[in-house]
Amino acid sequence: MDLSAFRDPGIARGLIEAINATKTGPVKIMEVCGTHTVAIAKNGLRAVMPERVTLLSGPGCPVCVTANRDIDTAIELARRPEVIITTFGDMMKVPGSHSSLSAEKADGRDVRIVYSPLDALALAAKEPTREVVFVAVGFETTAPLIAAAILRAEEQGLKNFSVFCAHKTVPIALEALVNDPEVEIDAFILPGHVSTIIGTEPYKMLAEKYGVPGAITGFEPVDVLQGVLMLLRQIEQGRAEIEIAYHRGVLPEGNPTAREMVERVFEPIDADWRGIGVIPGTGLGIREKYAAFDAVKRLPITVPEPTEIKGCQCGEVLRGIILPFQCKIFAKGCTPEHPIGPCMVSSEGSCAAYYRFTDYGRA
Amino acid sequence: MHSDRILLAHGSGGTMMRNLIDEVFVVGFDDDALSRLDDAAALPFPGSRLAFSTDTYVVHPLFFPGGDIGRLAVCGTVNDVATSGATPLYLSVGFILEEGFPLDDLRRILVSMRDAAREAGVHIVTGDTKVVEKGKGDGCFINTAGVGILPEGLDLSGAHCRAGDVVIVSGTLGDHGIAIVSTREGLEFSTDIESDAAPLNALVAATLVAAPDARCFRDPTRGGLASTLNELAASSGVGITVDETLVPVKPQVRGASEMLGYDVFQVANEGKMVAVVPAEQAEAALLAMKAAPYGADAAIIGEVTEGPAGRVHVKTAFGATRVMDMLVGEQLPRIC
Amino acid sequence: MCLAIPARVIELQDNHMAQVDIVGVSRVISLDLVESANPGDWVLVHAGFAIQLIDEEYAKETLELLKTLPFFDEEPLLAEGA
Repeated sequence: MDLSAFRDPGIARGLIEAINATKTGPVKIMEVCGTHTVAIAKNGLRAVMPERVTLLSGPGCPVCVTANRDIDTAIELARRPEVIITTFGDMMKVPGSHSSLSAEKADGRDVRIVYSPLDALALAAKEPTREVVFVAVGFETTAPLIAAAILRAEEQGLKNFSVFCAHKTVPIALEALVNDPEVEIDAFILPGHVSTIIGTEPYKMLAEKYGVPGAITGFEPVDVLQGVLMLLRQIEQGRAEIEIAYHRGVLPEGNPTAREMVERVFEPIDADWRGIGVIPGTGLGIREKYAAFDAVKRLPITVPEPTEIKGCQCGEVLRGIILPFQCKIFAKGCTPEHPIGPCMVSSEGSCAAYYRFTDYGRA
Repeated sequence: MHSDRILLAHGSGGTMMRNLIDEVFVVGFDDDALSRLDDAAALPFPGSRLAFSTDTYVVHPLFFPGGDIGRLAVCGTVNDVATSGATPLYLSVGFILEEGFPLDDLRRILVSMRDAAREAGVHIVTGDTKVVEKGKGDGCFINTAGVGILPEGLDLSGAHCRAGDVVIVSGTLGDHGIAIVSTREGLEFSTDIESDAAPLNALVAATLVAAPDARCFRDPTRGGLASTLNELAASSGVGITVDETLVPVKPQVRGASEMLGYDVFQVANEGKMVAVVPAEQAEAALLAMKAAPYGADAAIIGEVTEGPAGRVHVKTAFGATRVMDMLVGEQLPRIC
Repeated sequence: MCLAIPARVIELQDNHMAQVDIVGVSRVISLDLVESANPGDWVLVHAGFAIQLIDEEYAKETLELLKTLPFFDEEPLLAEGA
C-alpha cells in the first residue's frame, strides 16, 4: 500500500483550491491534537488558508495540559532510590513546580526513556530488585496500551511494575471548551488516532447539542486539508455532523477491544487540566482491582503543594483565546532554550510549533 | 600482556603501561612516527599555513552498525580539518579508558582507527592514555587533534555565504543518528541502516578543484543539517532556503524518524558534507562530488537568500514555507 | 499524543506479538488491541502496539476521490458515520 499519496502536492493543491472556493466565513476551526498542531505548522498550512478561515490550536497536547502537581508527583517517585522511572521522551523536559524529569536524571535519579510501555515491562522483569514505574500521560490513543501493559504485568506475575496514571480523555473537555464563554469555536478538527479508539459516538453531543460540526482527521497534509474542506462544506450547507475524513484509520465504532481493556483497568475520575482547571470526569484512575499496579498507592511519597509559573499565559493559548505569538513572553523570555511554560517545552505544544516552524513574533 | 582487561595499573606510568603501549597501541596503530614513542613527534611540514582541529568522542554504544568510536574519532577530525580546504596530515590521539575495559575491544578500536587513517591518508603520530576507576568513564573516551596544510590564498569560511549561492549536500541525511538510536535499549528496532562515518577529505578536495570559489564546507554532525545551516546563515548574515523535495533521505531513515518522532533535518551525520558554492560553479561542484568517494548521492538542496538574516526556511512540497529550526537540547523520541 | 504510523505485519509471534515492517525498519509490537491482524495486513502502530487495521480499500477510495478535485458539486466528501 502506497500511502505517500496523502502527501501528494497535486492533491493538496486541489484541496487548497476547493477550500478557497468555499464562500463561508469568518470561521474559527480548532484542532485538539498536538500532532495536528505540528502537522499544520510543519507543512505551512496556515499560510494557504483563506483569510476568513482561522486555524486555532486547543488543549491537544497531553503533556502541556498535565498539571504541575502531576509532574511533581512523578518527580517524587523518581527520587525514591529503588525506583526506575520509565517515560515517553515527551515528558522529560516539562517543568513542574521546581524541577523536571530531565533535571532529576542529571541529579543522578534513574530516569529512562522508552518507546513503549512494553519496554518498561521488560525492564521490570530484568530488574526484580527495583521498582519500575511507568509515567502514563496521554489521551485515549495511549490509555489502552497502558491498560494492556497492566494486564500483561498481572498475567506475568510481575511484582515490581506500576503505573503513575495521569491520562485524560478528550470529548468532555471539548464540551467544556464549547461552554467556555471566552472561547469561540465554529468547528473542530477531531483527533485522528484518539478516534481510532473511541469512534464517532462520544463526539455526537457536540453536533447534536451545540451545533458544532466535527471532522475526524488524519495527519498527512492531504488529510488535514480534507478535514478542513469537509468542515467548511458542513458550515456552508448548514449541517452539524461528526464526519470521518480519516477513513483509512477510523471506523465509526472505533476499536471496541481497546475500549473494553480501558474500561476493565481504569475508571473515570476528575482531572486537572493545566491552564483550564478541573474538568470532572476527564481523567482515568486505576481501578481498585489493579491497585497493585498503581504507583501512587504502592510507593509512599509526599508531594508538596505545587506552585504555578508567573507570567505564563499557557492557559489562554491552550483554550485558543490567544495565538502563541500573542503571549507577552513568547520569544521574549520564553523560548525553547529557556521555556517558561509547557506549551513551549513540549515538542508538540502550540508555542513550540509556532516558534520552531514560523516567523511570527520573532525579530 | 597478561590481562584481558584494562587495569588501573595500566595508566600509572610504570612497566604495565609500557607493555600496554608497546604491545597494544604501537602494534594496533602500526605507524612509524608513533612507534618511535618520543614525547613529541617531529614531522616534516611542507607549507606555511596549517589548519588545526580537535574533537572528543564519547559515543555510546562504542560499536554500532557501520562503525565504532575509533572510526568516528579519525573521520570526525579528518573531516573538520578538511572543511577548511586543508590537506589533513597528522593526528594525535588521547584515550581515557575505564578500569575493566576489555583489551579485545581496545584492539578492535585501534585497528579501526588505523584503517580509517590509512583510507584518509593521514598518520596517527602521537598519543596518550589514562585509566580511570571503574564507574568513572563510559568504557572508552577518545580525543583526536588533527593538523593539515592550508594552500596559500584559500580562505573558506562560514561567514562568506552570499545571496544567490547554492547549497549542496554530499549524500543521504540521518543515517548515523538512526543507526545509533536503533541500538539504544528501550528503543531497539532492526534496520539495515548503518552509520555513514567516512573520511571526506578526498571529496572536499575534488569539489574545490571543480569549484575554486566555494565559500565553505561544513560537516553536519550533532544537530544535523538544521544546526549547520542555521550556523552558516547566522555567520554570514543571510537567509537560506531548502527545497524539502530535493533533500536525499533513505526511506528506512524516514520511516525510523517518523516512528520515533524525530525531525530528519536534526539527526546527526558522520560522513556528509554541506558545501556552499557560487551559483555558476554549482553544477561542476555537484558532478565532482558525485564522482568522489562517498558522494554518489550528492544533491543540490537549496540556496542562500538575502534574508531574514540567520533564518533558514524550508519550502514544503506544496510550495508553503516553514522555518527549519535548530535542535535545542537532546533529540528525544516522542509518541505525541 | 497521536503519533501512529502504518506498518505491515510480517510474522505473528507468541503471546499476541508480531513483527512488523515500517519502510525497511522492523520491530516487534503487540497485537493485544488488534487481535485479528494477520501477516500481510497493514496496521497503525502507536508506541509499540497496533491500534487498528488500516483498510486498504478505504485508502484507495479516498485517494481516487481526492484525485478528481476540484469539486464543483455539493456531494459530501466521503463522509462517514454521521
